[in-house]
Amino acid sequence: MKSTDKLSSTLSEKKSWTKPIISPVRSGIQNKFGGALYSNWQDTIDGVVINELLEQYGSPLFVVSEKKLRKNMRHINRVFSARYPDVLFGWSYKTNYLGAVCNLLHQEGAWAEVVSDFEYEKARNLGVPGNKIIFNGPYKTRDSLIVAINDKARIHIDNIDELHTLEDLGIELDRDIKVAIRVNFETGYTEPWSRFGFNLESGQAMNAVWRIAASKHLKLVGLHSHIGTFILEPQAYAVQTRTLCEFMNKVESSTDFEIEFIDIGGGFASLNSLQGIYLPPEQIVPSIEQYADAICSVMLDHTEQRVARGGKRPQLVLETGRAIVDDAEALVSSVISTNRLPDGRKALVMDAGVNLLFTAFWYNHQVIPTRTLDGRAEETVIYGPLCMNIDVLRASIMLPPVKVGDSLIFSPAGAYNNTQWLQFIHYRPNIVMVHDKQQVSVIRKAENLEVVIAQERLPQHLAKPFK
Amino acid sequence: MAIEQLTLTGPLIRLALSESGFVFDPVSGQSFTVNDTGLEILRSLQHDANLGTTLELLTDKYDASQQEIERDIDDFLATLKEQVGI
Ligand SMILES: Cc1ncc(COP(=O)(O)O)c(C=O)c1O
Repeated sequence: MKSTDKLSSTLSEKKSWTKPIISPVRSGIQNKFGGALYSNWQDTIDGVVINELLEQYGSPLFVVSEKKLRKNMRHINRVFSARYPDVLFGWSYKTNYLGAVCNLLHQEGAWAEVVSDFEYEKARNLGVPGNKIIFNGPYKTRDSLIVAINDKARIHIDNIDELHTLEDLGIELDRDIKVAIRVNFETGYTEPWSRFGFNLESGQAMNAVWRIAASKHLKLVGLHSHIGTFILEPQAYAVQTRTLCEFMNKVESSTDFEIEFIDIGGGFASLNSLQGIYLPPEQIVPSIEQYADAICSVMLDHTEQRVARGGKRPQLVLETGRAIVDDAEALVSSVISTNRLPDGRKALVMDAGVNLLFTAFWYNHQVIPTRTLDGRAEETVIYGPLCMNIDVLRASIMLPPVKVGDSLIFSPAGAYNNTQWLQFIHYRPNIVMVHDKQQVSVIRKAENLEVVIAQERLPQHLAKPFK
Repeated sequence: MAIEQLTLTGPLIRLALSESGFVFDPVSGQSFTVNDTGLEILRSLQHDANLGTTLELLTDKYDASQQEIERDIDDFLATLKEQVGI
């Protein structure tokens, strides 16, 4: 069949052609989508001009807002304390252990929550008394346990070997040691972190309690669990808290122990965008109030009988990390080159990469220019300066054209970057804190060659590169 | 054609299309609406990424001349480029 024949034979069945059109859906919500509209820019942080900061302290630069950090800590404290009579926060050092950050949070009432010898020593070195340290984690050395016992730190036992070590130390030092145990269980919401602590369903946790009850020196005073991180479902905490309260009642009815505190760990989500989730964090991240409602109502219900019996409600301990610090810090980085990829996408190379913004592996950070950008937004890939494919800060973002030397703000960057970052290829840069009245201090100095090689030693015969 | 086939594929595929002509771009978070013919073009390009095939398909199915359809597709893709950033 010739094409003209085909044409005439099908003409009668053909649909009528209308010009194809595409038009954007505009709504108020649209502006909230990160990267959609770049009327969005920011040239100051707490009143301090960002480009002046870069001139003085170099680029890239981490900037912590003292105001925002205090505000976050006060807010979460207020929200929980308004719902439950006895609340304590333990600042999760691993989330951000910059001294200035830790001490600010300690000033706001948080204790230190540490998970290693190093973190323990760091807290003590900052001036935190040992009896305001919560000592968690699967690996505590014998030496650090001795220090913790002498300091009267809160020791949370992670496993049976640690329990035995503590029992031995109790005998050896002839000391009574108050302990808590970490337990794990299904909540139905998160992957159980079953490698940490004693399992509840299998009876392991109750066995540990019996073991402690049989010990002359150990006394169980607390229960701890941590169900995961970036948990978007407040109900997961309701289940966790209920499970811990029920276990507390079981422990108390079958032993002489009186539980003084229930520690529910951390895990509240921050206002960051997890990769793979397209809705903006403002729409999916629960408020602190929602988490607090879920937790505190269960705590109140399940401790009502204790109060009726004339007892005391146990203290509620939280080890919130990222939800307190994440949006109180940003990374400002400058464009060092722009490029066009073979597939037509725009590429930017920045002076900071995943070596500094480690969380770029799982977050799509918000990227805000420090000046208005004119022109049409186009799909852009943002790379770091490392010589590796995986050094991608944003795999895909709509950005208007930027120039070499322009700076971009990556945020939130306060959680897990200044602890998990790498000294890889480049020196790590300055970190500044912006205080009240536009005062600025360096809270961690940029590294230099001296710092990076300080721990190295050259064997004599390798002292010179060439003869 | 104004737009080469290579630059189209990646970004176009990411668009989520609904039956009713609602288009969502997960990268920018922006939403668009397209009419029947616009939707057909996007579907066809997502399937094949070949403008020739798309043109043939539409010419077969619709009552307009090839030139007219070709010009309209061109126009459509230019708007797409401008609005979606593709
Ligand atoms: C025992 C414990 N507490 C607290 C935290 C802090 O968690 P987040 O930063 O998610 O609040 C962690 C993080 O892994 C943890 O393991």
